[in-house]
Parts: sequence; C-alpha cells; structure tokens
Amino acid sequence: MDKRSPHREIWFRPLLVWIGLCALLAATCALAYVPLGEANFPISLCIAALKAALVGMVFMRLFENNALNRLAAAAGPIWVFVMFLLMGADYFTR
Amino acid sequence: MSDTTFQPQAPLDYLHDGSTLRSWLFTTDHKRIAILFAISITLFFFIGAVAISVVRLELLTPAADLVSDDTYNKMFTIHGIVMVWFFLIPSIPATFGNFLLPLMIGAKDLAFPRINLLSWYLYVGGAAFTVLTLILGGVDTGWTFYTPYSTMFSNSSVLTAAMGVFVVGFSSVLTGVNFIATTHMLRAPGMTWFRLPLFVWAMYATSMVMILATPVLAMTLLLIVAERWFDLPIFDASRGGDPLLFQHLFWFYSHPAVYIMVLPAMGVASEIIACFAQRRLFGYSFMVYALVAIAVIGFFVWGHHMFVSGQSPYANIVFSFLSFMVAVPSAIKVFNWTATLYRGSISFDAPMLYAFGFLGLFTIGGLTGLFLATVPIDIHVTDTYFVVAHFHYIMVGASVTAFFGALHFWWPKITGKLYPELWARAAAITMFIGFNLTFFPQFVMGYLGMPRRYHVYPPEFQVYHVLSTAGAAVLGVAYFMPLFYLVWSFRHGREAGINPWRAKGLEWQAPSPPPHENFITPPVIEPPYDYHPKDLVVSGDTL
Amino acid sequence: MSDVFLRPPFDNLARQHRAVAFGMWLFLVSEVLLFSGLFAGYGLYRGIYPAGFLAAGRETDIVYGTVNTAILMTSSFTIAVAGRAARADLGRMAWWLLVLTFLLGFSFLILKGFEYREDIARHLLPGSDFALSQSGAQIFFSYYWIMTGVHAVHVTCGLIAVLRLIIVSRKNFAWLSGSASEDATALYWHLVDVIWIVLYPILYLVGRAHG
Repeated sequence: MDKRSPHREIWFRPLLVWIGLCALLAATCALAYVPLGEANFPISLCIAALKAALVGMVFMRLFENNALNRLAAAAGPIWVFVMFLLMGADYFTR
Repeated sequence: MSDTTFQPQAPLDYLHDGSTLRSWLFTTDHKRIAILFAISITLFFFIGAVAISVVRLELLTPAADLVSDDTYNKMFTIHGIVMVWFFLIPSIPATFGNFLLPLMIGAKDLAFPRINLLSWYLYVGGAAFTVLTLILGGVDTGWTFYTPYSTMFSNSSVLTAAMGVFVVGFSSVLTGVNFIATTHMLRAPGMTWFRLPLFVWAMYATSMVMILATPVLAMTLLLIVAERWFDLPIFDASRGGDPLLFQHLFWFYSHPAVYIMVLPAMGVASEIIACFAQRRLFGYSFMVYALVAIAVIGFFVWGHHMFVSGQSPYANIVFSFLSFMVAVPSAIKVFNWTATLYRGSISFDAPMLYAFGFLGLFTIGGLTGLFLATVPIDIHVTDTYFVVAHFHYIMVGASVTAFFGALHFWWPKITGKLYPELWARAAAITMFIGFNLTFFPQFVMGYLGMPRRYHVYPPEFQVYHVLSTAGAAVLGVAYFMPLFYLVWSFRHGREAGINPWRAKGLEWQAPSPPPHENFITPPVIEPPYDYHPKDLVVSGDTL
Repeated sequence: MSDVFLRPPFDNLARQHRAVAFGMWLFLVSEVLLFSGLFAGYGLYRGIYPAGFLAAGRETDIVYGTVNTAILMTSSFTIAVAGRAARADLGRMAWWLLVLTFLLGFSFLILKGFEYREDIARHLLPGSDFALSQSGAQIFFSYYWIMTGVHAVHVTCGLIAVLRLIIVSRKNFAWLSGSASEDATALYWHLVDVIWIVLYPILYLVGRAHG
C-alpha cells in the first residue's frame, strides 16, 4: 500500500459526508424561506434527521461492523418516540 | 515458577488489601466501592427514618399538636426524597450489584472501575446538596416536586433539593452504563447469556431503565431550576405554560424508577429461593423475558399517576390498559418462584424468610397496584393512604425485604463471617410483623378516605394511625437488630468458608471474602441453578 | 507496547476498546433522553401556540445560527478524520486535527456569547420587558435559552475532553492511536453536533417564510 492511499482512505469518505452536510444545511436554510405552510417544519426536521443519520452512520461509524452499538444508538430515538406517542395520547385527545 | 511444590501465599482479601483511608477513598475495586455505597445508603436510611418517625408520631393524634404544618410537609418530603433517591434507587444495584456482578460472570472487576468510583462520588455530591437542603430548613414540596407549588410558591429550599437529586441521578446513569458494558464484554469464557444468574439479568434490566429514564428526571429538575431561579416560563399557566407537562415528564422517569427499585429485588429473590429450596429456578427463560418485559413496558404506564390530574380520559384508558399489561410478567415471576419450591428441600434460614416475606408482600403490593390501575377505583382512592400503602408494600415489603435477604445471603461472602442465625430469623419475623402492622391499616383507612400528606384528620381514623405508628416502632426494632448482630459477627462471627449455603453461582467459587481480583483459580462455568439433574422427576431426592 | 494501554479487568486491548466505545454509546443514549424532555415540551407548546412560535422563531438570529451550525459540522468532520488518522497510526495528523476541532468548538462558544448578548439587548429574555406580546412567544424563548444553554454546557464539556486529548498526547502522538480515549471523546463530540443539528431547525428556521 503506497503512502498516498491511506491518506485518501482517511479523508475521502468524511469529506463526502461533510460536503453532503453543508449541502443539506444550505437546502434547509433556503427552504425555510419558501412559504410551504405547514410543511416547512416537517421538511426541516426531515433534513435534520438526514444530517444526524449521516453523522451517526459515517462519522460515528455506526455503518461499520458493530451491531451492538447500532442497537444502543437506536434505543435513544425509539424511547423518545415512546415519550412523544404516549404524551400525545393525552394532548391530542384533550 | 519452575518449582512445582512452591505454594504462593494466598492473596489478601479485598477488605485487608490496604487499610489506609486513601486506599478506600481512591479505590477502584468494585467490592470496596460496594462497601462505600453500603455505608452511605445506611446513613441516609437513618435520615429518612428519622423524618418518618416525626410524621408517624404526629399522626398518633388527629390534631396538629407535635409539629407545624410547614415542618410536617418538610418531614414527609425529606422522607420521600431520601428514601427514593438516596436509599432505594442505589440500594441493591450499587451495593450488591457492584459487589456481585463481576463475581457472578467470572470477571475481575466492572468494565470501568474508575467510573464506578465516580458514581460513588456523585452520590456523595448529591447527598451533600441534600444535607445542605436540611441545613437551610428543608423542602416542603413533596418528593414529587409538583408545579406550580415548587416553581412559584414554595418558600423552602427547592433548588438545593433539586440539585441534589440531579447530581445523584448521574450516579445512577453511570452505574447503569458500567453494568451493561460489563455484562456484554466481560463474561468469562463459557458464561453465555442464558447461563447468567437471574441477578445479573436483573441488574441488566435495571441498568437499561437507569440509562433511559434518569436523564428525563434530570431535565425536569433543570426546568424547575430554570423557572424558579431564572424566571423562564415553562410550566407557569399565567404565562402560557402547562403544569401537566411537569407531571408527564416527572412520571416518565418516576414510574420506571419504581422498577429500578423492584427489578433488583426480583433478582435477589430468584437467587435466594433457588438456593434455599435447592432447586433449579422454574422457567428460567421466562423469568429472563419477564425481567426485560417489565423494564420495557414499565416505560409505557406513567399516566396512571395522573388519572385525576386533568389528563384526557382517552389517555387514562390507554395508560390503564398498559398498566394491566405490565402486571403480567410480574405475575409470571411470582408463579415461577412459587413453582421453584415444588419438590424442594426447603430450609428456613434468614435469607429464605426474607424471600418468603418478599413473595407475599410483593403479591399484595402488586395486586393493589392493579386496583389502582383501574381508573374508577383510582379516582376514589387517589391521594389517600391506599396509594401510600400500595407503594410501601412494593418498596418496603418487596425491595427493602429483598435488600435484607441479600444482606444475609451474601454476608458470608462479603465479610467471610457467619451471622448469628437465630437473631437473624427473629429479626426477619419481627420485620414481617412490624411491616404489616404499619402498612395494612393504611390500606383500610385509605379506602375509607384518609388523605395522604395530611396531619390533621377526622378522629375516626385515629385507631388506624395508632396501629400504623406502633407497627413502625416494631419495624424500627427489626431494622436495628441486624445492625447490631451483623456488626458483631464481623468481629466475632464464625468463619464462613467458601460456600456455607451450598449455593450455585460463580461468586461461591471465590474465597470468602474474595481477593482483589476475585478468583484464585478460574471459576468453573455450570448451567444456571444446577441444583439437581435436569430431568429428575422421581422421588423428592434432589441431590 | 499495547500493554501500556491495557487496563484491568480487561486482558485484551481490542475488547477494551470495544467496551469503551460501547460504554460511550450507552452514555450518549442517556444524553439523547436528556434532551428529549425539552423536545417533547417544545413540540407540545408549538402545537398549542402556533402563531406565537412563528412570531418568536423569526427573532432568532439566522446568521449566527447557520454559521454556528456550519462550524460545529466542520468540527465534527475534523474530529472524524482525526480518529481515522489515529487508527492509521498518523498521530501527528490526528493531533493537529484535534487542535482544529478545539478551535472550531471554541469559536462556536464565542459566537454564542455574542449572540446571547445581542438577544438580551433585543429583549428576548423572557421577563417583564420581553419584546414580543404573542402568547407562547415567551415560552418559545424559554426553550431557546434552556436548549442552547444546556447544549453550550455540553460543548464546554466536549471541549475540555478534546483539550485533554491534546495535552496528554502532545509529547507522544502515538498515544492517540493506542488509547480508547480518542474514540470516546470523538463520539461525545459528534453527539454534541447531532443535538445542534436538531436544535437548528427548531430554533432558527421557524417562521422564516412568514412575514
């Protein structure tokens, strides 16, 4: 393995992700100014979820081996969902 | 090492391996940290007990003649805060969990020993805030810190109390992280998941709850601080806030918290019952699934604390149904513990007496929980002594009883000494009698309408209060007895030997007390609870 | 060489590293749940006060917010590459990337400080002289101050952890490759970034398309 290839290995994928994150940031910022009514908020949240997924999967290396870490990471959003769902059972039915 | 007849000196046990204060305060040995926790929680148990003694003495008469209203409120508040967060939540996990988890899986320590020590220091930090709260005059919001009283109207030391609970919460989280990482990463070769003792599974399930629930409490307390100290409206209705949001967030933690308090007790019960019946645990895998099911479903039921709060009736139905569901795995466990006794060679040593007490009292507590999960009944008995009795049957009748069972069961392993058995049985029986005398009358008077947190009451309730206070005195005696004879046994008790109970489990293959690295020879892994051959059905002969 | 990093009770360095990463993930789950209480309350109040939240959301400074998001994302990038460099035994590169990460994170806090000062000057701190009169606007800003404040505390803790890596390894870059600390710190730093990624739209992009 020549000297350059480990360097490329190190930078390449994170750089792609960073460019993707910047692009998503520009998109979400721009879309915020487009009047889409009720859809503005969910769209910005979806883009945020996408960015978070990129950071999690690539930067935090969830995409690589370890199923255990993926399971642990999944527990967070799942429990947040439970909180929202059951609190919603109260607030949406008042 | 080439001389095969050379006998190396046995390593010092963990108690004697270093005797300076520094060696204790800077230890990373999970066994020493367990002792540090044990001493700390015992101290706070006394503080909580003193507080409730004042309450029970006041309640001997219908009039408010012992303490003022404010003082009374502060007494039951401090009792709740101290007993929940500074005794029960850490009790079994931070003492027995810390001590036993590595031993039971065949490891030399927890995965993160220094984080373990940090857990203890966080406990001490939180405890310091609580002591500060007492010095500053106490807090009177009830352990539940309901808004708007806690954020806007109470003149007591709410902030220091909230900070104390906030800090000790992180102790919980770190213990949970440590236990789960340890169980995944440090099991000895051959110790597969379904060979683990149920106590380990119980610690795992408890740790899941600690990690997922405690941070929500932390944030809820921060929000109290934000509103009370920084004047940022969150729950203040006059500025658009919803007081019910506090209750949702508080109970999202506090209901799972009761499972943090009871799951470890269930783990202890499984260990003791199997050993003192000398039988394999009935339905091992279902016991495991039940533990995990309780831990998970326990997150879905918090609204049953809010049936009369203004929560929507639809939500009431949902939470009521889910609360019924969570009782199912608990019931499975009760049946399986009972079935474990069948064809057993039962001995009535103190740990087993405590385990039997646990079984009966947990059943009563659990059943009354189902009554409370039924919305129409709850509307009648909510905020009465019925609720108080229910949760004390679980938290004291089940959890504290199991704690004492664990204390006696593992005392020989922890100290290397045997306690005096007759005194221990007397204490166990006294505790059972005292407990029921204290709390059963509370079911009755609660049903008849006696409100909780009141110290002025109609005279028709006095007889129940007198019985309850008398029971509390008996209970106090029962708690003091072990303090005396256990400390006595530490100095004068007989040597325990490696396995005085003929128990299964890797901790009984380590010396009593164990050395710093737990095992002298690598432990031999067997199937769990291998008390008798698997397909033995003929005759009662279990060996 | 690996014995230097091996810490009891582990007898296998690879397992120790896996355990540290897993332990940090467990802690990160607790951090997610910490913020979830805030998200739930925010969601609730947004539903109750749609107009108030739109009016209030417009008042946050989108320039500060967007620049800070870009800074934090970039610092996430630099620490991610630092980790890969460390694992490829390129300790010097890893070290300099950590320094860059620290500087980026630190500038996030500086900008946040300036932003707070402006917010206070514009009467966006809930209280008697609060700038907006719509119901729910004060609550939006309660959440703004608490969410960004708690997040800033986490940024500070992350910076301290990164600084520790920089200081400990400054004479021996290879330490970054052998120790599990780098991985654990990086995971924590990424979470700080992820939290901000969620905070950004709910605090800075609300109500921009209206008025």
